[in-house]
Amino acid sequence: RRNRGGLLNQRSFIVTDPERSFPGQRSRSPRRKWQLLPGRNRFYCDGRIMMARQTRVFYLTLVLILLTCGLFFTFDCPFLASHLTPAIPAVAGVLFVFVMATLLRASFTDPGVLPRATPDEAADLEGPTGEGVLNPPPRSREVLVNGQTVRLKYCFTCRMFRPPRASHCSLCDNCVERFDHHCPWVGNCVGRRNYRFFYLFILSLSFLTLFIFAFVITHVIIRSNRTGFLSALKDSPVVVCFFSIWSIVGLSGFHTYLISSNQTTNEDIKGSWSTKRGKDNYNPYSYGNILTNCCAALCGPLPPRSGLLLSTTVLASSPPSPLPPLPPLPPLPAPPPPLSPPPLLPLPLSPPLLPPPPLLPLPLSPPPLPPPPLLPLPLSPPLLPPPPPLL
Amino acid sequence: LRPPAVSSKVFVQRDYGSGTISKFQTKFPSELESRLDKQQFDETIQTLNNLYAEAEKLGGKSYLEGCLACLTAYTIFLCMETHYEKVLKKISRYIKDQNEKIYAPRGLLLTDPIERGLRVVEITIYEDRSIGSGR
Repeated sequence: RRNRGGLLNQRSFIVTDPERSFPGQRSRSPRRKWQLLPGRNRFYCDGRIMMARQTRVFYLTLVLILLTCGLFFTFDCPFLASHLTPAIPAVAGVLFVFVMATLLRASFTDPGVLPRATPDEAADLEGPTGEGVLNPPPRSREVLVNGQTVRLKYCFTCRMFRPPRASHCSLCDNCVERFDHHCPWVGNCVGRRNYRFFYLFILSLSFLTLFIFAFVITHVIIRSNRTGFLSALKDSPVVVCFFSIWSIVGLSGFHTYLISSNQTTNEDIKGSWSTKRGKDNYNPYSYGNILTNCCAALCGPLPPRSGLLLSTTVLASSPPSPLPPLPPLPPLPAPPPPLSPPPLLPLPLSPPLLPPPPLLPLPLSPPPLPPPPLLPLPLSPPLLPPPPPLL
Repeated sequence: LRPPAVSSKVFVQRDYGSGTISKFQTKFPSELESRLDKQQFDETIQTLNNLYAEAEKLGGKSYLEGCLACLTAYTIFLCMETHYEKVLKKISRYIKDQNEKIYAPRGLLLTDPIERGLRVVEITIYEDRSIGSGR
């Protein structure tokens, strides 16, 4: 490992941490930048995989999908392939691969975490100090976005004014760009960088569950020619599975609506762009037509991770190499004035709004529960978790 | 020759007037008046804004890249760089170039905004030691 450069070079990966090592002593253990990131994330594969702290529900999601697909492939597919067509397991296989790829991608991708403000930046916002006491900045700042007034809130944890559409996730303790919601089933926040993967995951999962459901019913029907339809049906918990599918399909429909109107779950829940708030209230981020909104959300350019989170970057808080000697400048009239805070509008505190829920109630991300395949008789109804309430 | 000390830092904030696209304010900070021409500062910021606009542009090319990526289950990015990443490299070369030619000779240093989550352009002002000391 070689230390290749200074302030301007992002490619080196040896890190010395002057903030934590004792003065005059070199830090012994080289560290990556992501290891110094505050916040409650977990990193794997040298910072390339980034997830929330609580990943138990994510493993449950994996187990549920693998188990039900495994059972479908083992017990239903041989029958269906031989009696109907081998295209059925082939299509199910493709859908399954797509579901797994998008799930892993949604879970492991950095959602668009904003690095916290450096001490200098925070001090700049907080204004001139008096006797070592920092004045906290106003709670919010208003900006005009495409003609619509948007309030930017100050984040006390990250010590910066959040960009529009960003929100602070209290579970991961980070500000995330274009924050949608924190999904425990995926084990990560859903934000700017992984929203499309999340959407494609729930969409493909809807198709997969509907596909499996349809062919299990087909299997039941075909078998019922021998044993009688009602007796075959009563042995498979179709009714329970119908509600689960409804939840996933409903969630996909909800997110399709959000994408086509270019809103986040957060904004929709708070009713930020609803006309109930005001006659002239509109969504300033929407491109105007559904097709552009969809294309932008799903096929638009994907921003890379913020520089501070790349695994192969060097910590650049040490002073750079000496600058070339300054050419003669005209004499300075006066020492530079102290940094003044940017002009902020004094605003009354906004009435308490619904705080953005970092963790949505379960109904919005139900567990994937496709119907279990028809097992050979005698069949006892398998233990299933109670169906989640409808959206 | 000991490295110059940091005198202060200026933060050029984002301009959200056109939405969430990456764009920085072109308002000239008063702290730089003694060191830099307004026109040079303007040019730097405008070029950065144009480069970011190029990176985030929605159009046939970016849609094609997105669709291709989706069809290959995003594995194509294991061997290929995204358009955004290419432009970010271009931006970092531009900033290095500007620092060498314009900012460092004036005792200033631009920090690449990507290091700050594209929230600010941080300009470090180093103390000016040209007064009184011959060179």
